[in-house]
This record gives sequence, C-alpha cells and structure tokens, in this order.
Amino acid sequence: MSDHAPGSMRTPLGRVRHLGSARAGTRHFWHQRLTSVANIPLSIAVVVIIMGLLGRNHAAVVQILGSMLVAITMLLFIVTSVYHMWLGMQVVIEDYVHDELTKFVTLMANTFFSFAVGLAAIFAILKLSFGL
Amino acid sequence: MKDRPLSPHLQIYRPPLTMMMSIVHRITGGALYFGMLLLVWWLIAAAAGPNAYASVQWFMETLLGRLILFGYTWSLIHHMLGGIRHLVWDMGYGFGPAEREWLTVATLAGSIGLTIVLWFVGYLAMGGIR
Repeated sequence: MSDHAPGSMRTPLGRVRHLGSARAGTRHFWHQRLTSVANIPLSIAVVVIIMGLLGRNHAAVVQILGSMLVAITMLLFIVTSVYHMWLGMQVVIEDYVHDELTKFVTLMANTFFSFAVGLAAIFAILKLSFGL
Repeated sequence: MKDRPLSPHLQIYRPPLTMMMSIVHRITGGALYFGMLLLVWWLIAAAAGPNAYASVQWFMETLLGRLILFGYTWSLIHHMLGGIRHLVWDMGYGFGPAEREWLTVATLAGSIGLTIVLWFVGYLAMGGIR
C-alpha cells in the first residue's frame, strides 16, 4: 500500500517480494484485546451456568441451556472466545512455524478448525433453544 | 572473580517467573483452543438427545475425564487472570520490579486457589465426592 513512503528503509527487492508489514497488525492486536475483555464477564457467566448444570439430568440441562438468557450468554461466549482463540493461534503459528508451506497449511487449518468448532457450537445452542 | 558464571549462560540460567508465566499463558491458551472441542462435544450431545448426553456424562465421571476437566478449569482461570495481568500491562501499569513479580505470583496463586474453590463448590453441589 504505502510502499513508496518517502524516507522508507525498504529495499526494492523487499518491495517486489511483498515482504514486511501487511498493515493488519493493529486491528489484530485490538481485536485480541477486545475479545479478551469481553471474555472476562462471559467466561465467568459460562462457568456459573455449567456449575448450575452439574448433576442435572438431560431434560433439565436442555431446558436451562435453551432458555433465552442462558442461550444468548452461551452464544456470545462462543463467538468471542472462538474469535479470540483464532487470533491467538494465528500468532502462535506465525511465531513458531517458519516453513512457508507448513505455515500456510497450519494457518488455514486454524481458520477451518475455528469456524467448524464455532458453527457446531452455535448450531447446537440454537437447536437447544428452538427444539428442532 | 574466579568461579563467577558468564552471564547469561544457558546451563545455569534461572528462568524468571514472569518468563515462565508468559510461556504458561501460551500453553493454557493452546489447551483452551483444543478444550473448546470438549465444550462443543457437550453442547452437541445435549442437543442430540439423552443417549448422547449420557455418554458425555459417563466420560466426565471417569478419572481421565475428571483430570481433563480439572486441567480445563485451571487453564481457563489461569489464562483469564494472566489476560487481566496483560491488560494491566497494556495500560502501562505494573512494570516495576516488585509489581510485576507480585502480579505474576498473584496470577498463579489466584488460579490454583480459584480452581480448588470451584471444584469444592462443584462437588458440594453434586452432594459430595463420587
């Protein structure tokens, strides 16, 4: 984008190879913090919900998980924490995986895993609520 | 000056607590990443029906299931407290030599303490250890 910024220290070869910042780091950092703050009250709420379900039978669990307030809380928790773990695992992969092909494959796997896990959880919660 | 170590030296390097906790923060994050599968399994089983739910309940009652759940609980609380510590640091507070050590020790003690309290309450709610 602003590859031709005046006073840039970047070499022409580096520019041709598209090395350097993708200019998406600040948003990544900010969303990591945003979801982390959201996850504080949400994970406390989910722990309370799960504690309240201990030892209950299936019918009671379905009724409680399907109730509006609990379902919305669970959905918010799933969305924020799956996004949070997606971002977090991306950083871990970028830090430790240096082989280009392995890096792309693991970054893709991270995205696929996060979406699959998130959508499966959301589907289950909605099914519990709507009772289909 | 004879037997003084050359610092930093890999074989005699004592890892600082803050560094260890930084590593543990990543490890617990990774554990929670795959631990999400456990939560999803539980939710899908609840949505699928009584038989599927019974098999999750059976697994969670086994020793292995309990160990995994205990580790999951600790990972969640430790990662959350560690995250709060990082948010404090993000705001620019708590970087003094005493403060950062205190924060780190509080995170570790808090996560272990809270996990034990939660499990104690959980067993009480279920009517004793079984």
